[in-house]
Amino acid sequence: MSPELAGVLQLAALIGALALVYRPLGDYMAAVYSSEKHLRPEKWIYRCIGANPSTQMRWPAYLRGVLAFSLMGVLFLYLLQRVQGSLPLSLGFTPISPHQAFNTAASFVANTNWQSYSGEQSMGHVVQTAGLAVQNFVSAAVGMAVAIALVRGFARSRTGELGNFWADLVRGTVRILLPLSVVGALVLVACGAIQNFAGIHEVGQLTGGSRQMNGGAVASQEVIKELGTNGGGFFNANSAHPFENPSGFTNLFEIFLILVIPFALTRTFGKLVGNIRQGYAILAAMGLIWLGFTALMMWTEFHHGGAALQEAGGAMEGKEQRFGVGASAIFATSTTLTSTGAVDSFHSSFTGFGGGLTMLGMMLGEIAPGGVGSGLYGMLSMAIIAVFIAGLMVGRTPEYLGKKIGSREIKLAACYILITPTLVLGFTALSMALSTPPDSMLNTAGNSVNHSGAHGFSEVLYAFTSGANNNGSAFAGLNANTQWYNTTIGLAMLLGRFLPMVFVLALAGSLAEQKPVPETAGTLRTEKPLFAGLLVGAILIITGLTYFPALALGPMAEGLS
Amino acid sequence: MSTATTPVRTAPEGGHPHGPEGSGGRVSGGLFDPRQLVKSLPDAFRKLDPRIMAKSPVMFVVEIGSVLTTVLAFLDPGDWFGWAITVWLWLTVVFANLAEAVAEGRGKAQADTLRKAKTDTVARRLTGSAEEQVPGTELRIGDLVVCEAGDIIPGDGDVVEGVASVDESAITGESAPVIRESGGDRSAVTGGTKVLSDRIVVKITTKPGETFIDRMINLVEGAARQKTPNEIALNILLASLTIVFLLAVVTLQPFAIYAGAEQTMIVLTALLVCLIPTTIGALLSAIGIAGMDRLVQRNVLAMSGRAVEAAGDVSTLLLDKTGTITLGNRQAAEFVPVTGASEAELADAAQLSSLADETPEGRSIVVLAKERYGLRARDEGELGHAASLTFVPFTAQTRMSGVDVDGTTVRKGAAGAIVAWVGQRGGEVSSDARETVDAISAAGGTPLLVAIEDADGPRVLGVIHLKDVVKEGMRERFDELRRMGIKTVMITGDNPLTAKAIADEAGVDDFLAEATPEDKMALIKREQAGGKLVAMTGDGTNDAPALAQADVGVAMNTGTSAAKEAGNMVDLDSNPTKLIEIVEIGKQLLITRGALTTFSIANDVAKYFAIIPAMFGAVAGYEGLDTLNIMRLSSTESAILSAVIFNALIIVALVPLALKGVRYRPMSADRMLRRNLGLYGLGGLIAPFIGIKLIDLLISLIPGIG
Repeated sequence: MSPELAGVLQLAALIGALALVYRPLGDYMAAVYSSEKHLRPEKWIYRCIGANPSTQMRWPAYLRGVLAFSLMGVLFLYLLQRVQGSLPLSLGFTPISPHQAFNTAASFVANTNWQSYSGEQSMGHVVQTAGLAVQNFVSAAVGMAVAIALVRGFARSRTGELGNFWADLVRGTVRILLPLSVVGALVLVACGAIQNFAGIHEVGQLTGGSRQMNGGAVASQEVIKELGTNGGGFFNANSAHPFENPSGFTNLFEIFLILVIPFALTRTFGKLVGNIRQGYAILAAMGLIWLGFTALMMWTEFHHGGAALQEAGGAMEGKEQRFGVGASAIFATSTTLTSTGAVDSFHSSFTGFGGGLTMLGMMLGEIAPGGVGSGLYGMLSMAIIAVFIAGLMVGRTPEYLGKKIGSREIKLAACYILITPTLVLGFTALSMALSTPPDSMLNTAGNSVNHSGAHGFSEVLYAFTSGANNNGSAFAGLNANTQWYNTTIGLAMLLGRFLPMVFVLALAGSLAEQKPVPETAGTLRTEKPLFAGLLVGAILIITGLTYFPALALGPMAEGLS
Repeated sequence: MSTATTPVRTAPEGGHPHGPEGSGGRVSGGLFDPRQLVKSLPDAFRKLDPRIMAKSPVMFVVEIGSVLTTVLAFLDPGDWFGWAITVWLWLTVVFANLAEAVAEGRGKAQADTLRKAKTDTVARRLTGSAEEQVPGTELRIGDLVVCEAGDIIPGDGDVVEGVASVDESAITGESAPVIRESGGDRSAVTGGTKVLSDRIVVKITTKPGETFIDRMINLVEGAARQKTPNEIALNILLASLTIVFLLAVVTLQPFAIYAGAEQTMIVLTALLVCLIPTTIGALLSAIGIAGMDRLVQRNVLAMSGRAVEAAGDVSTLLLDKTGTITLGNRQAAEFVPVTGASEAELADAAQLSSLADETPEGRSIVVLAKERYGLRARDEGELGHAASLTFVPFTAQTRMSGVDVDGTTVRKGAAGAIVAWVGQRGGEVSSDARETVDAISAAGGTPLLVAIEDADGPRVLGVIHLKDVVKEGMRERFDELRRMGIKTVMITGDNPLTAKAIADEAGVDDFLAEATPEDKMALIKREQAGGKLVAMTGDGTNDAPALAQADVGVAMNTGTSAAKEAGNMVDLDSNPTKLIEIVEIGKQLLITRGALTTFSIANDVAKYFAIIPAMFGAVAGYEGLDTLNIMRLSSTESAILSAVIFNALIIVALVPLALKGVRYRPMSADRMLRRNLGLYGLGGLIAPFIGIKLIDLLISLIPGIG
């Protein structure tokens, strides 16, 4: 079987599996978030945190919950890393430096999992499991809660009430992420991923010599890393590491885990707004972009010119023999089109265009299908922009799902789409303009700044794109463990995560207060393929126009040379 | 009519009020005369004042950019490229102002003619029983003034005494005088109109300076123009796009320096201006003004742009049956004889009984008798040989009319009245007469029985079928509205049976029979509670609450001042059918905005393909970017200049479209979106590639360049 065919077959199997669980999972999540009952363990949690899960919150209260909870998460994680030396099972690792601890805390709370450290060389078992893995669950649940709040904004009318943040947070964790993770972890363990609290082993190597390897609760962290679109690997090599991702099957399974909740949330959305076809339209827009990117990625990685590459069956540099070009391409697009950032191959080594695609995927705002929750609310914010322009073209003041898109809504949606470009371009420009940050580029030390050329620029652009969009993957090569990058990327991650949430929740509140506009033949049909296509076009054009100059000087210059 | 007294119809292009029957019933745009561009130039330069420019964030950015490049050009006067960019950036700003000035210019011309009509009048104020002469401007609400033949009415008010014929051509452009009388729905008079006969006493209802004619002047001039909600929302979107592109351009410089290709401020400014949505930014306010203007051309005054916008969103139309759906009066449609009587006999009797009947119904009977049976209308002279001739007029008590001639008595009237009349005279009414009456009633018609008493005794001859005649083309109109997602509700005072028949014939979606003003109000509130926007017309004082409640309330100019005050539009022609056109104009306005926004954004793709390769295509290590130069533009300078020139010229090219509005045809939202996306989305993507290439070809012909 040719590598191309293998790639296509894997893609087909993946789509089949996703299609199979789409309805049941989407319906289940809708039921979870609209249920009136509280499970017993949930009641314990509510009692512990002193929350009343039955009160309805307006958007400012909901937002306060999100921000307060996340702030506590950052502080706790920061402290845990700073006192690592005194913790049990710390494998002898020392406390993390302040700026790196800040960066890592911001990173995991913001559902980014940008890692300026190597897990196996700096984080002990307690930090990994009680700190990082816990945030993997709750940061994902926060994203889902905000998305559900926005959906409620569309579904409800003449009320400002968006549900209860604590109930949504706890339910998302207890009823959705935990059970799926348990099943997922069992599958991974069965397929060879490790799960222990072992210490450091000295392991002999084929090439002679030896190296130190530690065990850990890898499978359990691996599964939530993908499922919660977090992406922070237990090991530095992330999903390219055989302990995390042992075989071709686990690789495909991990891609499945990455995509399953973001896609299924569109079903949940359709269910909750009472029109399943609206959910399908959003799914179609997400699916179209994801499939298009995957196809382009496979094409560019398989067919890149050069004798050596063709001999290897495609651009194999930085890719695992276990997975091959096809599966690596699917993983790369899936991880960058969601806010995951886990990698099973090194994006820096992809072809110029391939690297550009991973970047563009993140620049789209990670909405196809995007992070758990954040993908849905990002896509719905873009839909509001698309509806606004298209709605005018059918001769009505625009409305979406029966809600008028007036100046307040457009203001909030516009603020939402302004945030990440500001962070990405602003921080990248600062890094390029200052004298020292460019030194972090690969092979730059001691040479003129221009030495790394377009690729060096791509490394920096990628870092901030990944951070501000809460992806967390890296264009390996850039040494990001410097005070400058730890701090700025940390800020980009926090602002890129929580500022949009402010606007999304305000938007949800504003929508929930409106009275619905009935649908007539004159209404823009947002559940039709035409609208899905328009949405994709609007996303591509708006993002493309925003980042065109930056992309031109990075991956495009590299890819076209 | 002379142009001096017909200000509204003498818009520079001589727009005509279109009835539903006129010009295929579609909203066509106003005409556009290129000479207006030249005429509006001084205004366009006046608008360069930054305080005015700041109202449009997009164009304000362009102006700042122009100032910046001007300074840079002065610093390096030898650089032809800097000068060329500077000139074209300024032209971009001027073109944008020109679009607005042209749109406003059309209103200004109308305002000027209106001002001529508003001469300073002297009012004859009544104080007690005495009369004093005061300037019209000193009148206060509640003052009573006397107007006699030849007087100009000094202010808006209601007639409280007397009846007069009034020339309202100064306001409506209609030269035929209208009757204004105290009490009822025809009591409102407008300041600036002229009393032609008789004497009336008018109670002033508005302060000087706030009269209808003042408001009209303000409206057409655009002085009262405020940004509409949708315009504000669109401005926010455009402003944020501007910020995005500002960001993209500002951050480009450090990237460029890293790449070893530092850019000049002139090039960066040019790139920024090309990227920000200048096309729609330049035309946005012109589109809004032109939308109001299109209404004015149809003799409709919208009190706010908000109302025009709301018209596009209307999903329920309340239409009065009489005058809107039907021709206004019932007309004889057929003669149905009873057994034993011939149709000709019936027609003859019917005609005879209607000769003196001056009601439209009566006249229609005479007309039908002539058309159908060749019965010429007999005048009284022909009947002069009759020994005795008495016409019995219709009264509310007898509910019948007729004629007594030479011992023969003919009566026509409501079924009950005639049956009683025949019964009194000892006659019998056959059962088929009753059946016919019931059948006609059931079909929504009005039956008139015709009875005769002559030598053969009293008997019923037959039934005249009076029918409401639905205006031609109404069914098609309502079908179109349905496809646009608009529900039509017919409002009538008729009984439900009659109402249903007419509703079915006209093809409206729903009807409200035996409607009282309260019923109307309740219906509007019910529709609005479901989130729908409602439009209606009205003229009476009892319509005023409903007009105020409706999202679009069109008051007829013939109506009371209370109605005109309550509505947010006034139709000077008092033609209720126009409501449909108003909705279409509202939609056209929104579509024009959306289409040009899409076009503007889509344009940017080509500009990147022109400018990015020009900036970096020749830089060592970045030569690959030259492949993006798919238009094969001749040189760096020419590529950037061509994009800037295209960006400026497209504004002028689209001014006619902005003023006329995009072509609008009623169709479903889906088809409309597909059509407009194809035209303005795809068109906007492709057009600049062609345009920039052509401009580049021209520039490269200039010696010393390219």
